[in-house]
Amino acid sequence: MPVMNVIQAVNDALRVEMRRDPKVVVLGEDVGAFGGVFRATAGLQQEFGAMRVVDTPLAEGGIIGTAAGMALYGLRPVAEIQFADFIYPAFDQIVNEVAKFRHRSGGQYPCPITIRTPYGGGIKGGHYHSQSPEALFLHTPGLKVVVPSGPYDAKGLLLSAIRDPDPVIFFEPKRVYRAARGEVPEGEYLVPLGKAAVTRAGTQLTLIAWGAMWHEAEQAAKEAEAEGIDVEVLDLRSLQPLDIDAITASVKKTGRAVVVHEAPRTCGFGAELSALIQERCFLSLEAPVARVTGFDTPFPYTLEAEYLPRAPRILQAIRATLSY
Amino acid sequence: MKHARATKPPVRADAGTAREWSPGRFLEEFPLYRVVDEEGRLLEGAELEIGEAELLALYRWMVLGRALDERMVTLQRQGRIGFYIGAIGEEATVFGAVAALQPQDWIFPSYREHGAAFMRGLPLTTFMANLFGNAGDIVQGRQMPCHETWAPGHFVSISSPIATQVTQAVGAAWAARIQGDDMVPIAFFGDGSTSAHDFHTGLNFAAVMKVPVIFACRNNGWAISTPSASQTISETMAQKAIGYGMRGERVDGNDLVAVWTATRRARQRAAAGEGPTLLELVTYRMEGHSTSDDPRAYRPAEVVEPWKRKDPIKRVQKLLTARGLLDEAGDAALRDEVRLQIQVALKEAEAFPPKAPVESLFEDVYAEPGWAQREQLAELKAAMAADPRVANPRHIEG
Repeated sequence: MPVMNVIQAVNDALRVEMRRDPKVVVLGEDVGAFGGVFRATAGLQQEFGAMRVVDTPLAEGGIIGTAAGMALYGLRPVAEIQFADFIYPAFDQIVNEVAKFRHRSGGQYPCPITIRTPYGGGIKGGHYHSQSPEALFLHTPGLKVVVPSGPYDAKGLLLSAIRDPDPVIFFEPKRVYRAARGEVPEGEYLVPLGKAAVTRAGTQLTLIAWGAMWHEAEQAAKEAEAEGIDVEVLDLRSLQPLDIDAITASVKKTGRAVVVHEAPRTCGFGAELSALIQERCFLSLEAPVARVTGFDTPFPYTLEAEYLPRAPRILQAIRATLSY
Repeated sequence: MKHARATKPPVRADAGTAREWSPGRFLEEFPLYRVVDEEGRLLEGAELEIGEAELLALYRWMVLGRALDERMVTLQRQGRIGFYIGAIGEEATVFGAVAALQPQDWIFPSYREHGAAFMRGLPLTTFMANLFGNAGDIVQGRQMPCHETWAPGHFVSISSPIATQVTQAVGAAWAARIQGDDMVPIAFFGDGSTSAHDFHTGLNFAAVMKVPVIFACRNNGWAISTPSASQTISETMAQKAIGYGMRGERVDGNDLVAVWTATRRARQRAAAGEGPTLLELVTYRMEGHSTSDDPRAYRPAEVVEPWKRKDPIKRVQKLLTARGLLDEAGDAALRDEVRLQIQVALKEAEAFPPKAPVESLFEDVYAEPGWAQREQLAELKAAMAADPRVANPRHIEG
């Protein structure tokens, strides 16, 4: 089985799906001849032509509005927003148009687009190449939000996202774009949306993470194990739909939960997970749900090591939750 | 092509090469295209390309549109519907443009083009059920009145945000091009929309991607209380096309025949691979923005006066009369017929149950409801069962 990194897995997924379904088109800034600033679409225009792999002018609202029109007409567009930090000019199209089309038209006009976008910090990207805006979209009914942590899931989840009847925002963990490598099957396979992965079984505490922070969570769990703490790690993979059953089953077993995300804490998805856990697992809880997150500040340039919720801070939260 | 880039752009070393703004220049470059004058007479040298039967049919549509708008405003004043937004005085821009398209062409509406949906087969009863937001509404009362959708006639769902449909029309045009379909979408929007980013982005994308699409700007002079002169200092909306590298045309939007002919030409060009066109349909909003504003608060009544003489319906009426296609008795019969049609539809629309069931709130959010929708529906039903006030609108409306 070939070994790929996340970018290669994304590229492979797009190629597999474009070969299978002529309705799949790719559009975005620099995605064509150049193959994308991260090379995720490399070679696609050469294989599928400029009609299906479209270099657009530089306007995110235009990319998503155009993708929406394509989807209404029956295509399966995969739009790339070069960095998640630049998705905001398209916010109106995503939140007011794409997310609401099916509902507001009484089911007459579904709008199944996939929006791929690299997100997250740890690459010395400062304010505008580091953000994790997933919570903004999770607050919008009608959207699905998917965040793979490694190459196998990246390919399988992206194929599911493109085939999904609803719009999906597909956040790609650019910090581990090249670092996360693993075996990826050739051809097509689907990782279903809405199924979390228990990547490490444990009994004393449930550690919940997704995307790039899952790697930090695994590291923290390993270090905790050395201290004799038995941590279960959940990689959510898909935040909407959310695998609430996997979360509640795990927390009811362990009685403790720590949620990790790199977005700011206030109204981050950790707040929602914390509320869901206390609503559903109240009588099982031995300690408050802890959140290890980015801070309520803009994403920093120089202080990004301090800002990111990496393994050392996660480990401290694990210890504190265990000794509560 | 008129605006193609010169292969060898001239270079000058002297100062003062900047283009000066010269008042009136663009009014000359974009003269108002008109076929029929305000007295219903063909302009000298003009030919009537539209067939007489079609002209008569369009006259009936315009009369229907006007009568419907007037009746629905009254309905709102009576408190029977919550809101209405019509197109009084702008009928020619809607019916003329849509009549010039092919049935397979998609319509990306703003929110005044209900007439376009009627021409594409949306029953009046179904439209009115949308105004009541009742169980007969095919979008199940999910949106405000006048936000209808009619997929059987390729009339795309309406949203309130301004100009968002412009880029969407570009995407649909691209999709049709990829699939080899003879489909030219039209995006309707107002003069206020020309300030919005989706207008600029959409026109730029369309020109760069060379897609077959028609941009129909209904320049009715007003965006709620803001006159178009405060929207842009461009002398025309049509000239904006030049900046994007596409064809622009300024059309008398109160001349049904001019709108029809200009739209038909734009469609022919688009279908022939000659790219998009921006049509500025110059018209006037004779009433308020919607039933929610009173225009007396922001514009003196006398500014509307000159436009009364330019009424698009009277103009076609005179044309038809002069050509012997309509007489007073025929016109009166037509108007009675239209009034009856509205009356019957209204009666049918009001007969539906007042609300779709609460399940409809949780449907169509996703193709299949998720656990959150299922749980919240159960929660709401339990709350309703425990206390009927939960479902009583009086507790919202006061």
